[in-house]
Amino acid sequence: MGLKLKALAKSPWVFHVSTGSCNNCDIEVLDLLTPRFDVERFGVLLAGSVRHADCLLVCGAMNRKCIPRVKKLWEQAAKPCLVVAIGSCALGQGVFRGSYAMGEPVDKYLPVHAYVPGCPPKPEAIIAGVVEALKALKKKE
Amino acid sequence: MTVEQVLLWLVWLLGVGFIGTAIAGLLITFVDRKVTARVQYRVGPPWYQPFADVVKLLGKETIVPRGASRLAFFGSPLVAVASAALVSAMLWAAILRPAESFVGDVFVVVYLLVLPSLALVLGGAAARNPLAAVGASREMKLVLGYELPFILALTVVFIKSGGQIRLAQLLAFQSANGAFAVSLSGALALIVMVPVIQAKLGLVPFDQAEAETELMGGALIEYSGAPLAAFKLAKAMLYFTLPVFAVVVLCGGMPATGVGPFVLGLLKVVGLVVVAVLIRNTNPRVRIEHAVRFFWGPVTAVAAAAVVLALLGESFGIGWL
Repeated sequence: MGLKLKALAKSPWVFHVSTGSCNNCDIEVLDLLTPRFDVERFGVLLAGSVRHADCLLVCGAMNRKCIPRVKKLWEQAAKPCLVVAIGSCALGQGVFRGSYAMGEPVDKYLPVHAYVPGCPPKPEAIIAGVVEALKALKKKE
Repeated sequence: MTVEQVLLWLVWLLGVGFIGTAIAGLLITFVDRKVTARVQYRVGPPWYQPFADVVKLLGKETIVPRGASRLAFFGSPLVAVASAALVSAMLWAAILRPAESFVGDVFVVVYLLVLPSLALVLGGAAARNPLAAVGASREMKLVLGYELPFILALTVVFIKSGGQIRLAQLLAFQSANGAFAVSLSGALALIVMVPVIQAKLGLVPFDQAEAETELMGGALIEYSGAPLAAFKLAKAMLYFTLPVFAVVVLCGGMPATGVGPFVLGLLKVVGLVVVAVLIRNTNPRVRIEHAVRFFWGPVTAVAAAAVVLALLGESFGIGWL
């Protein structure tokens, strides 16, 4: 593992992408930054701009309006960049499956590195998801 | 100047100005983040976190937005880092080798200290992003706001030292007659310096140009990879350099005559950094017009009062003014 990846593993800045989620997963993502979980211990910061991001946290059922926007966000992110799909909706669209407003789940459009199931997933599970994504990146290199 | 002297200055610029300041600045950035975390009842990042951030950004892809001016987009982060390194090299030359300091002019420092802000303006404007343009325009207004009280505070120093403008001479004057900040006008000038440093560093309450939650990074929104690392590094270097400058011109500096006075000077720098971190953690971001009004109103008034007091003190020979 090179120095580049080591540094990336020590400071993954995350960017929060909501693709039509019910706000439940989004709140759990924000929980990570609170004193109880404090992911800054691991160098995780919430990036405001997708250009600064090393990891996209995608939640939501991916409705049709979101598809071009999510693709554009992925193109705008500086590589290497990870994608973590968060919540039942991002994994398999949950109760919204088959709705006229929905596209396909996230991994149809983006290369997902880790899946975090749950409705909503616990903050611990999301931290584990980011760790898994970093592991996946290391394995690929 | 001989060739050896030029080479010596280059080594000084690279070793002390760039590498030394970068390490010190990144460590101070860590202190800032750790104290911020403790204030919010969090654990905070490990000590190597700012270093890991910079190394990571250096290894990332660099994206240039379509239609951006490449020269300005890549030139401005370089200018920011270079000017921060140059200021630091000059300051430490005046502190550690006062006899040889030929570039110890306060005005040069003032000009060089404004360059990182101008680089941010230029980079933001070159990025062709509306949010970056808003951030750049805010940074420009902020510069207009804080430069006036900054110059007035430095005028106090010129008056009290009898017209000395060289850093080494100012340090010598202070070690002979006591630090300027001990007098009333000097203390007021130091008080003026605190918000000016805050604004020059772009810390809350004066982080309008980068406003993470509002402009998503503002002037830096389109930056990624190495140029972003350069901007972060320049900010970290200034985080160390600006308090050192304030200590040099107002608080007697850190004379290299012995370990005791030198450490005392460094403690003064740490004190200013702690003040900056605490202000940053106990204040919300103000709107840009409030920030400019604050600098042109109360801060300039205090600075002007300090200048008047210093003039009175000089003309009537009253030491404590």
